[in-house]
Amino acid sequence: MTERLNRHDARRQADFDLNFGKEVAEAPGGENLYECIQCGACSGACPMSAYMDHTPREIIGMIRSGMKEDVLRSETVWLCASCYSCTVICPRQIKITDLMYSLRQRALKDNTYPKRIPLPVMARDFYKMVHRHGRTNEGRLMTNVYLHTNPFDLIRQTPLALKLWRHGRMHLRQESVEKPSELRDLMQSVK
Amino acid sequence: MDYLYYPGCSIKESGIAYEESLTAIMDVLNTPLQELEDWNCCGATTCISVESDEAIALASRNLALAEKQSNSKGTVDLVTPCNACYLTLMRATHYLSERQDIAGKVLPALDKQGLHCDNRVRIRHPLDVLVNDVGVKAISDHVRRKLTGLKVACYYGCQMVRPYATFDDPHRPTSMDQVMKALGAQTIDWSLKTKCCGAALGSLLPDIVEQLCHDILREAEKRGAEVVVTGCPLCHFNLESNQSAIRKRHPDFKTIPVAYFSQIMGLGFDLPPKKLGIQRLFIPLPASLTAGAGKGGEYVTA
Ligand code: SF4
Ligand code: SF4
Ligand code: SF4
Ligand code: SF4
Repeated sequence: MTERLNRHDARRQADFDLNFGKEVAEAPGGENLYECIQCGACSGACPMSAYMDHTPREIIGMIRSGMKEDVLRSETVWLCASCYSCTVICPRQIKITDLMYSLRQRALKDNTYPKRIPLPVMARDFYKMVHRHGRTNEGRLMTNVYLHTNPFDLIRQTPLALKLWRHGRMHLRQESVEKPSELRDLMQSVK
Repeated sequence: MDYLYYPGCSIKESGIAYEESLTAIMDVLNTPLQELEDWNCCGATTCISVESDEAIALASRNLALAEKQSNSKGTVDLVTPCNACYLTLMRATHYLSERQDIAGKVLPALDKQGLHCDNRVRIRHPLDVLVNDVGVKAISDHVRRKLTGLKVACYYGCQMVRPYATFDDPHRPTSMDQVMKALGAQTIDWSLKTKCCGAALGSLLPDIVEQLCHDILREAEKRGAEVVVTGCPLCHFNLESNQSAIRKRHPDFKTIPVAYFSQIMGLGFDLPPKKLGIQRLFIPLPASLTAGAGKGGEYVTA
């Protein structure tokens, strides 16, 4: 994973977007953003911090300082496993996990998501499948994701797929809701 | 009480043994589950990574369907065995009551399709129903094959207990332990029962997830557990399917079977293993646990 931001990467004032913090605070999860005391309890509780480029505490600090670029390009936002350890431990009731979703949405919209990890692609493929059918199929979904990221992984995963198949734990039938178009309309109309 | 049942996609596929065994034990306990008609994927943590309002609309459609299908005019109980679905549906109920901006868009959009969400749905994990509605007493009354001496590690994962659930403690939950003890089994005391396994990152960032799973499994093994017991198809998948890779990296690691709590309950109720999807597990359960099950055979600890 990438190096932590250190003194040599110091940003200039011009790189900051001071509205960024306000915008994030208004989206779901941002409610108590300005209450953060930078205690680091979230980072300590986070099972993924060791693999992240910035810890959750750093991300909060960076959002408030307006380091939009760095935040929206960070892998942290995508490595979050939604385990909610941070959210339940935060003394200021900051919904850090929900905040990560709102940052992912921004990064996808602005096309600033990190290209080296497959998670953003998987989010899009999953979303598309739900949009189309109203249900997901694990085997098909993963096939799409591997084809869109690293087709070689498809070969690497074949033994597992066969094992699932043999144990009756995989089928390639695309299940769907009765009227997928109605579900699509529902989603469109709140956009 | 009537229980509607929201299966979720995983439980219809890799987690099918969970559905098979859960249905079987709930029938024995006279608490049948009625599947929600025309349910859609809840969207998990993935759709909300793309768009919030749409994600909440998607999940809320299931809530509205539940209100429509239920005979109850008051609270509707929707039982949700997948941790990710449990969290996602629960999140929708919270957003609808806490975020006026989102509710203001989602509720009218549902109305237009003849679906109404009046905030009447209670999302319930099966363990919540078992401990708080059915009760451990009723469970032990149905035990036909006491699992005395069996040592299990109850693994809850994260999203069953965090951040919304109120039926158990977010870090040191006990409901699964209570159920296992009602069967006569022994549960190990450990601090990793709610440590994250890496979730959906599993198939995409295998190195990280293998390491997280290794920590959890190793601890269970060290404390003498014979089986790791889970209550989520994704937790189950990660903990089970990563073991061959873990063994390559850590040759001293021994494999440990991973089962659903409902499968272990079924074995305690003396149901036939086939009905519980036991043959679908990659790592077989200890022979002592399955031998003679469903035929009135007594359990003798290995
Ligand atoms: S735990 Fe809460 S208050 Fe502490 S650093 Fe994290 S977000 Fe800020
Ligand atoms: S929810 Fe995400 S950021 Fe928070 S502790 Fe879990 S992995 Fe870390
Ligand atoms: S969260 Fe996962 S298991 Fe649950 S409905 Fe969605 S895709 Fe299926
Ligand atoms: S343990 Fe893993 S699969 Fe289970 S709920 Fe947590 S993140 Fe999801």
